[in-house]
Amino acid sequence: MALLEVTDLTVSFSTPDGTLNAVRGLSFTVDEGQTLGIVGESGSGKSVSTQTIMGLTRGARVGGQALFEGHDLLTMNTHQLQAIRGAQVGMIFQDPLSSLHPYYRVGWQIIEMIRSHDKSTSKAQAKARAIELLRLVGIPQPDRRVSDFPHQFSGGMRQRAMIAMAMALNPKLLIADEPTTALDVTVQAQVLQVMKRLQQEFGTAIIMITHDLGVIADVADDVVVMYAGKAMEHADRNTIFYKHHNPYTEGLLLSLPAYGGERERLLPIAGQPPSLITLPQGCPFRPRCPYAFDKCMEEPPLVEIAGDPEHVSACWLPPDMKKREKMRQQLLDRDKAATAPAAAR
Amino acid sequence: MVRFLIRRVMLGILVLWLVTLAVFFIFFDLNSSGPESVAHRLGGRQATPQTIKLIEARLHLKDPLPKQYWYFLFGYPGQDVANGPPRNHGILPIGGSPHFFHTPDLGYSYINGENVNHKLWIAFPITFSLAIGAAVLWLGMGLLSGIWSAIRPRSLLDRGFTLTALFFYSFPTFVLGYVLLLLLYYYLTKAGHAWFPAGTYIPFTSDPWQWARHLLLPWFTLAAVTAAAYTRLTRGSMLDVLGEDYIRTARAKGLPERRVVFRHGLRAALTPIVTQFGIDLGSLLGGAIITEKVFSLPGLGYEAVAAITSNDLPVIIGVVVIATTAIVAANLVVDVLYAVLDPRVRLH
Ligand SMILES: Nc1ncnc2c1ncn2[C@@H]1O[C@H](COP(=O)(O)OP(=O)(O)OP(=O)(O)O)[C@@H](O)[C@H]1O
Ligand code: SF4
Ligand SMILES: [Mg+2]
Repeated sequence: MALLEVTDLTVSFSTPDGTLNAVRGLSFTVDEGQTLGIVGESGSGKSVSTQTIMGLTRGARVGGQALFEGHDLLTMNTHQLQAIRGAQVGMIFQDPLSSLHPYYRVGWQIIEMIRSHDKSTSKAQAKARAIELLRLVGIPQPDRRVSDFPHQFSGGMRQRAMIAMAMALNPKLLIADEPTTALDVTVQAQVLQVMKRLQQEFGTAIIMITHDLGVIADVADDVVVMYAGKAMEHADRNTIFYKHHNPYTEGLLLSLPAYGGERERLLPIAGQPPSLITLPQGCPFRPRCPYAFDKCMEEPPLVEIAGDPEHVSACWLPPDMKKREKMRQQLLDRDKAATAPAAAR
Repeated sequence: MVRFLIRRVMLGILVLWLVTLAVFFIFFDLNSSGPESVAHRLGGRQATPQTIKLIEARLHLKDPLPKQYWYFLFGYPGQDVANGPPRNHGILPIGGSPHFFHTPDLGYSYINGENVNHKLWIAFPITFSLAIGAAVLWLGMGLLSGIWSAIRPRSLLDRGFTLTALFFYSFPTFVLGYVLLLLLYYYLTKAGHAWFPAGTYIPFTSDPWQWARHLLLPWFTLAAVTAAAYTRLTRGSMLDVLGEDYIRTARAKGLPERRVVFRHGLRAALTPIVTQFGIDLGSLLGGAIITEKVFSLPGLGYEAVAAITSNDLPVIIGVVVIATTAIVAANLVVDVLYAVLDPRVRLH
């Protein structure tokens, strides 16, 4: 049985401009000790989906199922959820400064985490554990820094402290929502390193949310590529990087400098993600997709690609990779033909 | 910290000095001569020029202004004589005779020769009682309704609180005071239920229960008008804080909602409220003019109004000194409190 099994998750908000469909039928599973990467541009629904699973979105209409060890998180009452939050599922967030309480000492915040779930732990024990955790995530002089306030920590140290807090009770799952986005590149690598080390040590499963495919390449086993509240493609990491099917995945990869694709196309995907209130008809990526064709006026379902049940993509290009490549070339040539007269002028 | 305190106390003294200076010169300029002058008022309508001259000489009203200010600071010239007229030893606790060190002397009323120190010593506890009771009330009401509104924004109760707050906020104090007097004092007492007595002040030290009963209406008047602002302030501050990332973290830790709201939310939301509270309480300690007037409480505000209408300069300056000191002190306390509440703030 998977540790977390999310099926057909939908989340919508009513806004003054109309209903905003933030997540539109998202499914994925996370196995014990595995890392699932969720990647996508800003606004694709990465944070909303994971926070909804943990009951942290307010004022949302939620549908679907999210089984954690067989129990549906979406139908639990607050009490049951509170017992799981922190203890079974740790969470860390993007901005490490604003995510720690500015008025309380770092150690206090970790101790609070431990003691709120395990009343039998004494203050002294919890403090010793907090120091141990800070040491584990690589904070120098943890016995002294445990009494510091968050503002006395650097950005990287704050995120390490967040990780220490999230890992305090040995959760089975760690949800990391862009944990490195706000950090310097070198610090990013260090923080990822700490997470990987802890994962190996404690067998924690991780959901790594990011818009950085570099992070995905570093840590993920499986990858969900999200766009406009949906999974566009879902496969293991190698497939995503080397045998991807979806044009959106392709676009993300081509905007990644380290990927070294066709050099002249090394640029971010043109255009903006669609409004989640008035989605375009058909495929949500259609307005930005270089291959869009007549069929794309219908919304593509997620289908198995190249006979691999672990690889699904939502795109009308043929699921057979050879046929897909042929059609892709035709569609590109179509564009060249269309723009040629303009270029000649 | 110590250096901060020293600097702030010095600054406070400077402010105090400037304020007294301003009041002194404004009132002296207005009152030194003419038919409305102090001497004419004291002498009465039938006073002969000789009487006027005598008064002017005794109060040194015709001395040059700087000289009078010097007397005001360091004491009037002459010696204390047994059974003689009282003499002002000066507002500064040093200088003058017969003792170099003495309590600050605010002098004597121009109108009835009453010792101003003594007069204000009696008035201050009244204002203090009024301010403290009202402050506790309005803080309690404001915090409770504000927190409640913030937890359930746009709920029926939130709208109810907002409406009530706006209602009282736009209610002139004196109207509310008179309405309460009419309904809760006049009609109730007439109907034989004297639950809310009015019009007298019973010192706390003589009977705490009667003290509170007699102050209930003025407390409520003052509190209702101010609580409205605190409801809005608390609601806004709490809503801001509850939207912060660290509140999401607190929830993600699996803490009970009550702990999230109070231990994490209110703790951070309190800082601006405490600041406002300190300033408001400080300003009130100089006298709540309208409330004291409506309920005939002879506090500082009441005395100040009386003194201003009769150009009783020593009393006016006395009230101004106390009011300014209270405000300066409140600001200092608030700054220190701010650093105590928020570990990110360092005093320097
Ligand atoms: N409480 C809310 N009410 C209304 N709309 C919301 C709410 N929370 C999120 N949204 C909307 O849902 C959409 C998805 O937001 P989400 O935060 O999940 O994006 P994301 O993929 O995490 O992006 P980012 O990379 O910027 O974090 C956005 O359009 C956002 O404006
Ligand atoms: S369905 Fe059409 S528009 Fe959508 S990604 Fe595939 S080719 Fe592009
Ligand atoms: Mg996000």
